[in-house]
Amino acid sequence: MRWLWIDRILSLEPGVRLTACKAVSLSEPHLHEHFPALAAEGALPVVPAPLIIEGMAQAGGLLVGHARGFKDDVVLAKVRKADLAFDVLPGATLHFEAILTAIDDAGASVRGLVRVHDPAWQGPQDLGTIELMFAHIEPRRDSILAAEAFRTLISASVHAGGAGVAGMVL
Amino acid sequence: MTRDEIEGKVRDVLAEALCIDEDEVVPTATLTGDLGAESIDFLDIVFRLEQAFALKIQQGELFPDNLQQDPQYVRDGCLTEHGLAALRERLPHAEIERIEDDPRLARVGEVFTVRAIVNFVERKLGAVA
Repeated sequence: MRWLWIDRILSLEPGVRLTACKAVSLSEPHLHEHFPALAAEGALPVVPAPLIIEGMAQAGGLLVGHARGFKDDVVLAKVRKADLAFDVLPGATLHFEAILTAIDDAGASVRGLVRVHDPAWQGPQDLGTIELMFAHIEPRRDSILAAEAFRTLISASVHAGGAGVAGMVL
Repeated sequence: MTRDEIEGKVRDVLAEALCIDEDEVVPTATLTGDLGAESIDFLDIVFRLEQAFALKIQQGELFPDNLQQDPQYVRDGCLTEHGLAALRERLPHAEIERIEDDPRLARVGEVFTVRAIVNFVERKLGAVA
């Protein structure tokens, strides 16, 4: 992973669960292509489903990596299931809750719940579930780039007071 | 748990892990050749079997672990007699006889049929009991 698709780690229970969030902004260029205005209709900027899966993969990947002391690289290997109920619009915040369901030397599985906080609503709504498989591989050369991005994320999350995040060291 | 009950649960596990219709999961179907399993699917199957049957499966216990990298077991792209013997010993649930007459490495996947997975779970549950 060379780019961050989550803004903050909200909480960490090592080896159990990690929660993170991502604020959706209309300044993200891809939203202007997904979907642009057509002749008959105005633009409809909604978060592409694969990027919602990417957010869960980053939350889950951090949970899995932390569980083994970040000694291996953790790569997304399979999307077991992704069941998302509605479109997510700019201004909303995605909350990813990744729960570790299995882990061994070869890889891990994670069950994820996605909730959406939208300022137009009274409270959060469940968007759906995402189940992922990760593989453990030997650390690669470009892992350094990922580590830098992670350090920034962890530092910001510690400053924000994320529960259990302070002990998360790469 | 009877063998029929084990077979039913194994069918559920494989259909879910490989996103296929349960009707395709017949005892003689091979995981890679007939059901389209890829490498990460084997780990998925292990995790799902652990959950479905409340078992702990060690790495290399259900599917071979690094056996093929050992020069004693593989020569010129084929399993040697030692290699076949090691497979029989380590993986008694697998259907090694399917490749004995032509033990090319590329055929190793054929020993893992649906029936082989059922055999594995049956042995494992028997050992637990």
